[in-house]
Amino acid sequence: MKDNYIVQAWLILALAVCFAAALSGIEIALADRIAENKRNETFGQIANLVRSPWWEPVPAQTWQADGKTEQWVTPEGHLAYKAFDKQGTDRGWVIKASGQGFADRIEILIGLDVPGETVLGLYVLDQKETPALGNRIKEETWRRKFVGRETSRDIVVSSASKMADNIANNSVQAITGATVSSKSVAAIVNAAVKDFRNRISDLKKKQ
Amino acid sequence: MAKDGPAPLERFINGILPENPVYRQLLGMCPTLAVTGNMKAAMTMSGAVLFVLFCANIITSLIRGLLKPHLRILVFTLTIATFVTIADRLLQAFLYDMSKELGPYVPLIIVNCIIICRCEVCASKQGVLTAASDAVGQSIGFTLALASIASVREILGTGTWFGLTLIPADVPAKVWSTWSVMILPPGAFIALGLLLGAANRIGEIRQGRRAAV
Repeated sequence: MKDNYIVQAWLILALAVCFAAALSGIEIALADRIAENKRNETFGQIANLVRSPWWEPVPAQTWQADGKTEQWVTPEGHLAYKAFDKQGTDRGWVIKASGQGFADRIEILIGLDVPGETVLGLYVLDQKETPALGNRIKEETWRRKFVGRETSRDIVVSSASKMADNIANNSVQAITGATVSSKSVAAIVNAAVKDFRNRISDLKKKQ
Repeated sequence: MAKDGPAPLERFINGILPENPVYRQLLGMCPTLAVTGNMKAAMTMSGAVLFVLFCANIITSLIRGLLKPHLRILVFTLTIATFVTIADRLLQAFLYDMSKELGPYVPLIIVNCIIICRCEVCASKQGVLTAASDAVGQSIGFTLALASIASVREILGTGTWFGLTLIPADVPAKVWSTWSVMILPPGAFIALGLLLGAANRIGEIRQGRRAAV
């Protein structure tokens, strides 16, 4: 009886149950607050993500991302925000998407133009990729490579460094040593954008 | 007392300098190098390590009589992972920006050798009071080490300390200019190497004095 694995591991099983209960309690207590923090960060980024043209950054205070932002959910469950400026002019869309990265889930925001045809910006909300390699997906120099890419075809990851080649192929250059993380982000963008475009085309048909 | 190991006060004092986890035991090198670019990040990491080490040591000490030798590491890891997850969620809830800045280094506390080492060396063998004293002493030692490295890097790298400007921006470049390398990864190795060398030298001098007496 003493050799039985379950008997030997009773302490671990008991601890696992206790710790799971404690973690559940913490999750229940803090989940709303953490979600609010992420929501505030998302709203803070909306103005930056829908800037147009992207190389002329618009100061965030001229946008009312939190006050004038409509929000709806796509069929696949992606949150999409429609952003307006102070004058009430439609400035574009921001889609919240997530997917599996190299180490853990990656959560991103994708900025699109008004017709939803071109990527205006990308922001990494949450990631736990390898420090100094995969976590470079959050660096602006890499995120900018997505700007201007078309949503009508998949964005692919390539080793090409020439901007002209990448524009022609609708590709982004992979981060050296972090191809999996780079491909993961591209895949998340493609899946979310495809879902979003389906939703938009459904709406147009109804109109 | 000899049978039970060092007393609580001895454990506490040892952790700060004589058995400093960074300068004497060379443990916890990952956060030591990665989050010492500025004092705020270093102190947040130290606080998280204090919380995890304190809780893990107490739980381990309380259940030390039930531990089976071949399953002890699994119990330590399970306990540490639980408190690291709690620390991570607390940071996300109350220090969101800092949580983003520290990124994966908070979850990586799970594999921080300092904590599993203290569970193995002290908490699994001694009483709760001793384990708690050991956790606080080692955490203070870790905090001092991180603070010393972060101070050097932040002051030399950006001219600030805890975000406060120490070297005004209008100081002519001929007089002083910040060393950007210090806030980059090579700066962490340079600062750690020099401070480790200094700590060893001080240790040698103290040993020499003791031998002379």
